[in-house]
Formats: sequence, C-alpha cells, structure tokens
Amino acid sequence: MPRTTIDLPYQVEHISILDEDGNLDHDLEPDLSEEFLLRLHRYMLLGRRFDERMLKLQRQGRIGTFAPIQGQEASQLGSVAALRDSDWMAPAFRESAAQLWRGQSMESFLLYYGGYFRGGEIPEGIRNLPVAIPVGTQILHAVGLGYAIKVHGQDDVAMVFFGDGATSEGDFHEAVNNAGVFKTPTIFVCQNNQYAISIPRSHQTQAKTLAQKALAYGVPGIQTDGNDILAVYVAAIEAVERARAGEGPTLIENVTYRLSVHTTADDPTRYRDEEEVAVWEKREPISRFQRYLKDKGMLTDNAITALEDEIKDEIAEAVDKAEERMETLKDEAITMFDHLYAERPAYLEEQRQAFAAHWEKA
Amino acid sequence: MRELTYSEAIREALVEEMRRDANVFLMGEDVGTFGGVWGVSHGMLDEFGPERVRDTPISEIAIVGAGLGAAMMGMRPVVEIMFGDFLMCAGDQIVNQVAKARFMSGGKADVPLTIRVTSGAPGSAAAQHSQSPESWFMNIPGIKIVAPALPADAKGLLKTAIRGEDPVLFFEHKMLYAEKGPVPDDADFTVPFGVASVVREGVDVTVVGVGNMVLKALKAAAQLAEQGIRVEVIDPRTLVPLDKETLIRSVQKTSRVVIAHEAHLRSGPAAEIAAVLAEEAIEYLDGPIVRVGAKNVPLPYSPILEQFVLPDVSDIVAAVASFWKR
Repeated sequence: MPRTTIDLPYQVEHISILDEDGNLDHDLEPDLSEEFLLRLHRYMLLGRRFDERMLKLQRQGRIGTFAPIQGQEASQLGSVAALRDSDWMAPAFRESAAQLWRGQSMESFLLYYGGYFRGGEIPEGIRNLPVAIPVGTQILHAVGLGYAIKVHGQDDVAMVFFGDGATSEGDFHEAVNNAGVFKTPTIFVCQNNQYAISIPRSHQTQAKTLAQKALAYGVPGIQTDGNDILAVYVAAIEAVERARAGEGPTLIENVTYRLSVHTTADDPTRYRDEEEVAVWEKREPISRFQRYLKDKGMLTDNAITALEDEIKDEIAEAVDKAEERMETLKDEAITMFDHLYAERPAYLEEQRQAFAAHWEKA
Repeated sequence: MRELTYSEAIREALVEEMRRDANVFLMGEDVGTFGGVWGVSHGMLDEFGPERVRDTPISEIAIVGAGLGAAMMGMRPVVEIMFGDFLMCAGDQIVNQVAKARFMSGGKADVPLTIRVTSGAPGSAAAQHSQSPESWFMNIPGIKIVAPALPADAKGLLKTAIRGEDPVLFFEHKMLYAEKGPVPDDADFTVPFGVASVVREGVDVTVVGVGNMVLKALKAAAQLAEQGIRVEVIDPRTLVPLDKETLIRSVQKTSRVVIAHEAHLRSGPAAEIAAVLAEEAIEYLDGPIVRVGAKNVPLPYSPILEQFVLPDVSDIVAAVASFWKR
C-alpha cells in the first residue's frame, strides 16, 4: 500500500497524582517514607523562603541580579529527589531549590550573586555544575557528562534542567539527538514555566507538548503536572532507573508556572495579566503538598509554624555567615587573573600588578 | 535642534524606514509585546502589528538565518540579537552564510539585512552578557560593522544600513541608550558609512573612540583642556569600512594618537586602526600608538572588579598624559 501510518514507538503520557484541589490518585501514589516526604516538604519551604530573602537582599543592593524560583519548587525537588549523591546535576539559572537539596549551601548562592568568584566553585563532594546563564548551553554538557559516566562503566546518571524557551535553541535538539544516538544516561528536565521573559509558551512552539520533541529523536518524553511533587518524582525516578539500567535518556516536561519575575531586572506586568497569575497561585505546589501531608497525619499547622521559624533562623545564619565570608574573600579579587589558564601567562602579569596596586589603594 | 535619546533615535529610524518601505520589518526575542529588552521597539507593535514587529522563539541562529532568507527575497529585515554575546549562537549564519551569500552567488544575491545587537557592559551583567564583540567580526570579509556613539549618528547610520544592499552588524552600546543629543527630524537624514566624525577638534593629540568610549574621550578631552592639552576626538562610526583618510589627516596634525574601546585590549578594534596608522602614517607620529581597552580577563560580576577591568575616562587621560612623560 502506498500510504500507511508508521507505528512510532512512543506516545506522550501526562502524569498527575495530587491535583490542585487535593485529590489523590491512590493507584499512582508512590510509596515514600514519612521521613523522605517531610524532607521534600522542608526543602520546598526552604527554597521558597530563601528565594524571598534573596529578592530582598537584591532590592537592598546586597547581591546582584538573580532568577527567582517561586512556584517551581515541586518541579525542581521532585526531580532531584530521584538522584543519589554520585549522580550529576546541571542547573540552568533557576534551580536553587534543587541545588540546595543536592547539598549546596545557601552561602554559595550568596557569594555567587554577591560577585565573589568562590560562589562559582563546584562545592567539594557535590556533583552540581555551576549555573549556566546563557540559554540552553548546559543541555549539551549533560550529554558529555552522561557519555563519560557510560564510558567509565558507572551506573550514575546526569540530570539537566532548562526552561521552555530553551527548547527553541538548536542546543536542545542537538543534545537530545546525540544522547539518543549515544544512549547516554541523561535525564532532560524541562521546567515549562510558561514564559521565556515575555514570550508565552504558546508563541514558543506550535507543538502541543514540549515532551513530544524527544520522540523525533527516538527518546521517550513524558509530561507531568509540574506543581505536583509526587507526579514529578514518579516521572523522574522512572527515567533515572531506565538510565541506570543502560536504557538511555528521557525528556521530562514539568508543566509549572513562574509566579514571580523572570529575573530581578524584569517587570512581568508588561506582558501578562493578574488574572492568569491568580489562576496559577491556586495551583501553587507547596500548599497542595502540605494538605496531602496533613491528610496523612504527617504534618500539623503547629509543625509548619515551627519549621518556618527554624528555616528563618537558618537563612539568617547563612546570610550572616556569607557576609562575614565576603569580608575575608576580598583579597581573592586578584584571582580573576589566575583563573584564565592552568598557568598564569607572563603577559597578564602587568595587568595583574596594576590591579594589586589599585586594590592596595582602594 | 530637538534632542532625543540614543534609544529614541534608533526607534525613530526604524519607524521612519518601516513607514517608508513595506519590505522593512523587525524580528527578534521580546521585541513585540515587551518592546524589546532594551526598550528600543517600545510601542512599535501597536503601529505595525505582529507581522512586522515579530516576536520570535529563543533561536538566534534561526532569527539571523531567516533574516538572510527574507533579505534574499527582496525584503529588508532588521533583526535584533539581545546581547552581543549571543551573536555566537548565530555565529555560523553570520560568518559563513550572511557575510558570504553575495560572494558565493557569483555576486547575484543582494543581502539587505541589518543585525541590530547590543554591546558593552551595562553594569554587573557578568562575563557572558557584557562583551564588546565588534572586532570578532572585523576579520570576516563581506559584512559591514557599525558602532554609533551619538544619537544622530545612530539614527542616520541605521537608516543607511536598512537602505543599503549589504549585511550590517549594527552595535548599540547598552550604556548609550539613555544618552541625549540633537537629532535631525528629517525622514531622509542619513549618515554615510566609511566617514569618520571629528567630534571635537584639537591639535595636540588625537583620541579615537569606539562606541561608548567616544563620550568618555570627550570627558577626558575636557579635563585635559584644563591642563592646556588640546585633544582631537574622532569617532570612526563604522569600523568596516574604516575611514583611514580622516584618521591620517588628524595624526598629521597632532602627531600623537590614543585609540580607546571597551573591547578587551588584545585584538580589539584598536589593533586594526593602529596597524593602519603604523603602515600609512608612521612618519607623522612622534611616539608610540597607545591603546586603551578592557583588561584581558572576562568581565567580572562584581561591580567593583568590573570597574577596574573596564576602561574609563581616567585611563584615556593617563594615556594622553603619557606622551609628555616619555
């Protein structure tokens, strides 16, 4: 027959386990310990409050521009919760909750956004790459991370984060295609937060889902309710297990919403309506998860209040510690001349000396 | 003459050319509803609609590549790349396609494509959002490179770019957008390429400024005038083509030259300008050609360190003063 339908190997599933009204799909509910669930909740709250604190610090001029995560806590934490310490994680620039879960300190963020070179270090023993500011570049690196893991015969995985806008860059397509060909243990996590600065998801691509973009490359793609931490976790753990078993990469699209600004230099009222934001406020991930934990008898209002206080103190302590550390790091400014090549070339010596003299005077 | 900001002058050029010629359109990330991340196309969507003020996905190479395709079909696209640093995302299209389309079509393809792009450090935008990439492309035959400093030049040069038949990389310095200056309101006012502007006349030393450094050179000249040093400030306005004659004429008069740009010192635009002067005007010079530029390290995020790495008025003053200390 001249025209037949080709049987493609994958379809796109959407997972939702705990919806915005608190309805739970008991069949899909993952079997997770109370300790693990409470830990997820703790980091969701920590991620949210640390973000709010950083926004204040930025407004006070104590740190520079950064990208707030508000509303995307479930999408981040449900994903990295499926990783173990020896796995690698490559963030874009809006993954602070995920990085905190992976053991990075609040101090390291404050140093980074405070303009200190130490903030860009990969912390000892923590397999998080530094943030990637230009759009989509890190997606390619995660294929290389996965390739190295595979060549070394290990069963670790590499998980990379990016946004809906990044799926329009060639970097994304070339990365997913190569991961498919090389069968690398790479988990591509797209945090579809509906906006690329001012451009809404509907203007980013005509495709019905972002998850389906993997199918063209022979890689499975799945979509989740990205504000449902249980659904995000289930998608992530399945992808991680497949990757560990040598079955290759997966693309996960977490459908979420950026409740706050693109970065601290943005004004979203120029391109989106309050009503739209209000709809997504109702779908917000933390209160939904709190209701779930309360229903299971794992959390009470009193416990939340106590946890809020604990987190507040922890953040205050981290800010103090970071600002004290900033004082001691001032003399490391000159390392900007040392961080270009493995060995400092002679031609930089003159500019380095000029800086030393300038710094001495200042 | 009425005064406009650099940003308003660029918008006026775009609006006038789009009214004049239906083939002119603007395309880029966030240029429509948002009015451009730098605010340049603010309000243009209302007048021209989404077909002619086209918001795009985040796809720099697609933006430039589609611009080339549309240009070869007789349109006059103006595409905006938000940061000069992102020109590299479209690098193959710019270097291997846009710049070579006429050459590789046996001279048949006109490429009236204008790539508007920002350059320079806007303040704490760090290593990947602060670069001045003008000279990266000066080694590529087939593309013109424009870097206006004053609002009137920005308007007149952009109109020349849009009306011309060759591809143009049009660098707008981020720190100049809010600077004001007189701008002709004549819709047919244009500024030709390859003609430098003598922004201030002087006889003791020539300071060639690129982009933002023109304003810094003028400030330096005012300070040096108090010490009795009469500085001539020259703005080449277009780096490709470069107006050698005006530069040579100036050093014939002053015998001393400083070349200042915000790009890193090594192989910045000054390297080419200095080479031209060394080849064609060395007999007029009383001393070495002195360059001022950013230090050869990436732009730090810290505002304090950034300030040190970037060239400033005091660096130009010191460079000029060095002639009398030798």
